[in-house]
Amino acid sequence: MTTPVLPFPASPASPRTPVYALVGNPNCGKSTLFNALTGLKQKVGNYPGVTVEKKVGTVYSQHGHAMQVIDLPGAYSLAARSPDEAVTRDVLLGRRTDTAQPDRILCIVDVTNLERNLYLVHQIMDLGRPVILVLNMMDLAAEAGLQIRVAKLEKELGIPVIPCEAAHGKGLIELKLAMSRTDLPLPRHRWDIPAPIAPAVSELQASLVENDRKAPLSARAEALLLLTDQDTVRVAGSTTLSERTSEILRSWHKRWQNEGMDWAATLVSSRYDAITRLCTDLVQRDDRSQTAGSTSDRIDAVVTHPLWGWLVLGGIMAALFLSIFTLAEYPMNWIDGHIASLSDLVKDSMAPGDLRDLITDGAIGGVGGVLVFLPQIVILFFFIGLLESTGYMARAAFIMDRLMSRVGLNGKSFIPLLSSYACAIPGIMATRTIEDSKDRLVTILVAPLMSCSARLPVYLLMIAALVPGDQVPILTKVGLMLLMYTLGTAGAFGFAWLFKRTLLKGVPPLMIMELPPYRLPRLRDVILQIVERSGLFLRRAGTIILGISILLWFLSTYPKSPEGATPQEQMSHSFAGRAGRVIEPVIKPLGFDWQIGIGIIASFAAREVFVSTMGVVFNAQSDDEEDTAPLRQALAQAKWPDGSRLFTPLTCLSLMVFYVFAMQCVSTIAIVRRETNSWRWPMFQLAYMTGTAWVLSLLLFQGGRLLGY
Amino acid sequence: MAESIPLSALPVGRSAVLRSYPAAGAAFLRFREMGLLPGTTVTLIRTAPLGDPLEIQVRGYRLTLRRTEAEAIVVEPNAS
Repeated sequence: MTTPVLPFPASPASPRTPVYALVGNPNCGKSTLFNALTGLKQKVGNYPGVTVEKKVGTVYSQHGHAMQVIDLPGAYSLAARSPDEAVTRDVLLGRRTDTAQPDRILCIVDVTNLERNLYLVHQIMDLGRPVILVLNMMDLAAEAGLQIRVAKLEKELGIPVIPCEAAHGKGLIELKLAMSRTDLPLPRHRWDIPAPIAPAVSELQASLVENDRKAPLSARAEALLLLTDQDTVRVAGSTTLSERTSEILRSWHKRWQNEGMDWAATLVSSRYDAITRLCTDLVQRDDRSQTAGSTSDRIDAVVTHPLWGWLVLGGIMAALFLSIFTLAEYPMNWIDGHIASLSDLVKDSMAPGDLRDLITDGAIGGVGGVLVFLPQIVILFFFIGLLESTGYMARAAFIMDRLMSRVGLNGKSFIPLLSSYACAIPGIMATRTIEDSKDRLVTILVAPLMSCSARLPVYLLMIAALVPGDQVPILTKVGLMLLMYTLGTAGAFGFAWLFKRTLLKGVPPLMIMELPPYRLPRLRDVILQIVERSGLFLRRAGTIILGISILLWFLSTYPKSPEGATPQEQMSHSFAGRAGRVIEPVIKPLGFDWQIGIGIIASFAAREVFVSTMGVVFNAQSDDEEDTAPLRQALAQAKWPDGSRLFTPLTCLSLMVFYVFAMQCVSTIAIVRRETNSWRWPMFQLAYMTGTAWVLSLLLFQGGRLLGY
Repeated sequence: MAESIPLSALPVGRSAVLRSYPAAGAAFLRFREMGLLPGTTVTLIRTAPLGDPLEIQVRGYRLTLRRTEAEAIVVEPNAS
């Protein structure tokens, strides 16, 4: 077979920069290579219609020529099983309308695990595009006693093969030199398509060329893929097959089914046969290869031990939880302080009026409301980055899978749910590690039921109002708190169970997960990921949060009361106050009056706003936020119009239960909208959570009344 | 010739040769693509603390799978 040469650029008149796609298995060092090649010259976005991250970066050749690299999501095969893999498949096959088919492909493999990594490479070599193969982790292979005959591999495949250590920046110059070659060859590797399948491949290929307007070589690859890909995972924004091609595919499937042939298995086996033949002459093992991976094994003996494993997991989770709770408090207070002084500065330098209030209370307050989430997001993603890049994340999923499977989820939902105890926003952002889209959606839907830190001030105030006297007995306090956390957690698991059985029913996902060897974390990659996630949060969710904060400010400021009104009168007179009265008939059966209604409405900005709103409503503001005593006394004196006590113990409990279940956080709604790419799911979440809250509070309050409380 | 057993019944630390998947095995395609083919040697490394999932070694790397899947995969234990 001759080696066709594709010159690039196609002609000197079109000095277009070549576009490379970077592909590889998960855990093969792909992100590290991408970061090393492109540095900070990365653009992160989304593929329209799917929540898969699209990363594009620029690499400069040794001569300063720019080349584009698209970092495709990690994949084990082009026969996609997750939205991530489906995007990789569709971009490579030129099926996406938003991303042109890449000119060239950069394949990266982990040489310590060559056979399985080559499976994807083998599929990609069929695509009819020039390929560069990067052999990553050469140092680890040498340590493990593996010797790779690079020259032989290059000769067999007919493409440039570049040994590399992406983590140490070794091999990058050679790689860039290869990337800037104008005459990259097409792969020359040949393998035998099993005889019974060959006619189907030819027929499909012809139809793809004719009916789907594909290039002949790419069509052959797609024909092969169609036979293994069950086409179960489709993503929005990708073109579908023509009717004629689908018809041919169906008729072959039917024929093989009748003959009892497993065509997909046959294809996979013949690929692996070709790979095994390739690898036998290629990889040489010395004696040390016997002990390969033993360090990882020693760590795993502890980390997945029936007793020590739980302690390690518990310890790591406690550290994560504590840092989000305590460490984040300093930057959060710092942000609060600076926002407050900025707002004071504006107040001093502008004439009093509506515009000033809009800027200070609406805009600056809203920006503060967005920024204040950043410390928690940064800390959570720092931990997640560390856990992922060391390999511990897969172990945590391994340990927790059994428990999570009881409600139909798998081990990967554990970290996002746990993080949601601190704040649902980073928790929901962390669900991106869950491949199965239904599992991911269920996790997102139930995550806000885990009691987040913003509910804490509300619980504390209600507990204080519930128990007479200045000092709440510590046991009562802890007991009630624990009860609320348990209630939320039980609710989350209960609804997960329900959703997995009804709304988002699907085949139970296989828990096929690679346990990669432990590696030292790459701080640079971790930090880049933090920067990326924070940027995404600020750009996408931040704008919605800011808008709604301004809206809520408007609702509590207008219409204006007559001159000289107290803040209490102003609140009562405003749209928010009126809305409180409007919803009173709905919340009265739960034991809440219109004044509590204002607090519930204001809580949509953030739940902790309830406390300060109650301060305004009951005219019991104190300068010291920590001191709730005046507010508690005011609450104790609050009455219904008929003179009966408003905040009875039963009302307090009912309110707490309402806060456990109700979806009251616009920031969470904004992030769910972003992560699910539609308003449907956040609206569903708002309805089911708030509905549950209403029903449970009603049952509690009316039941309590019947029992004479 | 050793007797065929489900992969889930393999003792920890033992190796076996994979023999077959269930006939209606579209869901098992990914296992094949991960290199678990009939004739491939697998070793059961350990089970998770709660007994499920299982960790196996195949082609030099580690993979987890649930017990329900392992019950459907037939293997032939190697002589110990």
